[in-house]
Amino acid sequence: MNLRRVYLSLQTLARTYLRNRVGLFFALIFPVILILLFGAIFSNSGPTTTTLDVQNLDHHSPQSQNFTALLNETGVLSLTFVSPSVGNLSAYLAGQGGTPGIVIPAGFQANLSQDRPVRIVVYTNPTDGSQSGIVEGAVQGAINGLNLEKAGGRPYVFLVGLNVGSTVYTYIDYLIPGLIGFSILTSPMFSVVNIASEYKKDKIFRQLSLTPLTRGEWLVSAILWFIVLTAISAFLMIAIGQGLFHAHVGFTWLLLPFLVIGPALFVSLGLLAGSTAKDPESAAVVGNLITFPMMFLAGTFFPVSEFPSWLAAVAHVLPLYYVIDGMNNALLYGNVAASLEDLLVVTVLTAIFFLAAIRAFRWREK
Amino acid sequence: MPGENVVEIRGLVKTYGALRAVDGIDLTVQRGEVFSFLGPNGAGKTTTVEILEGLREPTEGTVRVLGLDPRTDSARLIRRTGVIPQDFRFFDKITPREAIEFYAGLFGHPKDPDTLLHQVALEEKAQDRYENLSGGQKQKLGLALALVNDPEVIFLDEPTTGLDPQARRAIWEVVRSLRARGTTVFLTTHYLEEAQVLSDRVAIIQHGRLIALGTPESIIQRYGRPEVLQLEGPPALAEYLRRSLSLPVRTEGNQVEVEISRKEDVLTVLTAVQASGIPWERVSTTRDTLEDVFIRLVGRMEDGEGGTGPGTLPGVEGP
Ligand SMILES: Nc1ncnc2c1ncn2[C@@H]1O[C@H](COP(=O)(O)OP(=O)(O)O)[C@@H](O)[C@H]1O
Ligand SMILES: [Mg+2]
Repeated sequence: MNLRRVYLSLQTLARTYLRNRVGLFFALIFPVILILLFGAIFSNSGPTTTTLDVQNLDHHSPQSQNFTALLNETGVLSLTFVSPSVGNLSAYLAGQGGTPGIVIPAGFQANLSQDRPVRIVVYTNPTDGSQSGIVEGAVQGAINGLNLEKAGGRPYVFLVGLNVGSTVYTYIDYLIPGLIGFSILTSPMFSVVNIASEYKKDKIFRQLSLTPLTRGEWLVSAILWFIVLTAISAFLMIAIGQGLFHAHVGFTWLLLPFLVIGPALFVSLGLLAGSTAKDPESAAVVGNLITFPMMFLAGTFFPVSEFPSWLAAVAHVLPLYYVIDGMNNALLYGNVAASLEDLLVVTVLTAIFFLAAIRAFRWREK
Repeated sequence: MPGENVVEIRGLVKTYGALRAVDGIDLTVQRGEVFSFLGPNGAGKTTTVEILEGLREPTEGTVRVLGLDPRTDSARLIRRTGVIPQDFRFFDKITPREAIEFYAGLFGHPKDPDTLLHQVALEEKAQDRYENLSGGQKQKLGLALALVNDPEVIFLDEPTTGLDPQARRAIWEVVRSLRARGTTVFLTTHYLEEAQVLSDRVAIIQHGRLIALGTPESIIQRYGRPEVLQLEGPPALAEYLRRSLSLPVRTEGNQVEVEISRKEDVLTVLTAVQASGIPWERVSTTRDTLEDVFIRLVGRMEDGEGGTGPGTLPGVEGP
């Protein structure tokens, strides 16, 4: 592996790509259009107050009332109180058509006064981005207010100890890892399949075989290029999600391995499909047969957990599912262990496809 | 090292199923030669060249290029050879300058792109994308890329097929300049003129077999018809010449044709004509070109595409 040759190959590939609007469109513009489209569809505009159902399980203790007062002061919420006797708030809210709600847990005041962490659970409707954004923002504001009050009354140390958590998922948060996964899948699949079959047909690979460039070097350069594109796409998704739609997800280090290994997986798969097909037309068919089901069923736009079980079973055999699930675990749920598990699956699949592609991919036909 | 064999082909056979595309070829090309492989479409030219380039495997026989086996020594060989494949294609969006820089980098061979662009007369198109180049310009780029590593031998598979005469001549100029620098050139073509004007030696190939090999001159000498002296005159002149000369005389309308085998025959004929006292006009001599020979050996070839000619091979054995 000669890095200078990898770099030269990467440079040529980048030029080819940047001068070809179609490839660039699918890699960068299309996901941006999708996030704008879905973000707009699922976030209702309008500054009207949002109704929030509050279930206070702390017997209306002074501290919990203080907290609801703070919620009221935000001015964007109108509170309705739900009886503590309602057992399952989530089910109750769902019965109301998916209105948002929060639970103030029993022992709220006791825990706070003893500087023990308190967890406030917030339920929002993932398909209503603006509503959940408002609710989450307001609750966070009230929590901050509470923290400030506490800090005013007592020494600062208690600020640290006060670990009030909230669980807020909005559709846009869900969409970001999905669309990053979408890019990881489509930008290599929509171009490597084509490149591989066209270069084979036009004998450009054979042309390259008459230079010191090796197949491995070429493949690595292609993977590097799609890592670059994926990184740009991920940056755009997060920036637009946060800037325009109040998404909460942001960069975490655990995202990185997916942005590197994901493109390696699909470049290998694309090369495998493109170089084994007998002409560019059949390569396109094979490429689409691989890409399209994954594009919709791997959890890109809709959570697999909401699929009927037979469809969820289908999703579980799609490599992209593990990429997206891993990023969801990393970005949304903060579930490092589950994310690493997904990463392991992705890595093993990538190794298999990489080796298969290297075996099947020939510079020269016989 | 003039006289050294740059290309050696021994008993080469290549079959595709039942088809013997190359059917027992022996030849050598020496350092510094421009060697043309001349034959109609489907004769086996590309197959042979690609075996020399290491792109295809021979069925039987051995080939050596610069003393190396193209299959097993490919990595070493590609650094010392240059290749333009038939139907050369390159990345659509890349410009000639970028392409040359790319190749120079891959070969680790610092080569000034401008010098090379100048050598193939492509300076003006240095910044145009490959997809916007004309056929001749694309071919020139192929040539430039083949020259990036200063090869000792260069293989050109039909480098001028489908090009307009001007572009063809430009390619010829490059081949001539290569010859002047001592680069060995192995060229395939189905243009006779090209083989004739460019090559030191020519091999004529048909159905995978060599049917003639040598300098264009020697091939014409060997397979061409005798030179003919023509003049215009009445049938009586032909009669007179038949009687007074021991050379074959033909008539065609008012054309009288006398076959001559030696230079002196020209004088003999003209002396006899003068002696006859019969009026005559317009004397000229014609001799076969390589094309005439080729057509007699191989049958007419359609220019450009199209299949093999009728293949009316007279009973001529290869050398
Ligand atoms: N890969 C191949 N498979 C089968 N037949 C081939 C293949 N390549 C060439 N041929 C056949 O071998 C013969 C010689 O072809 P080729 O070497 O390309 O001739 P040329 O270059 O002189 O036109 C032709 O009949 C051609 O159809
Ligand atoms: Mg050919």
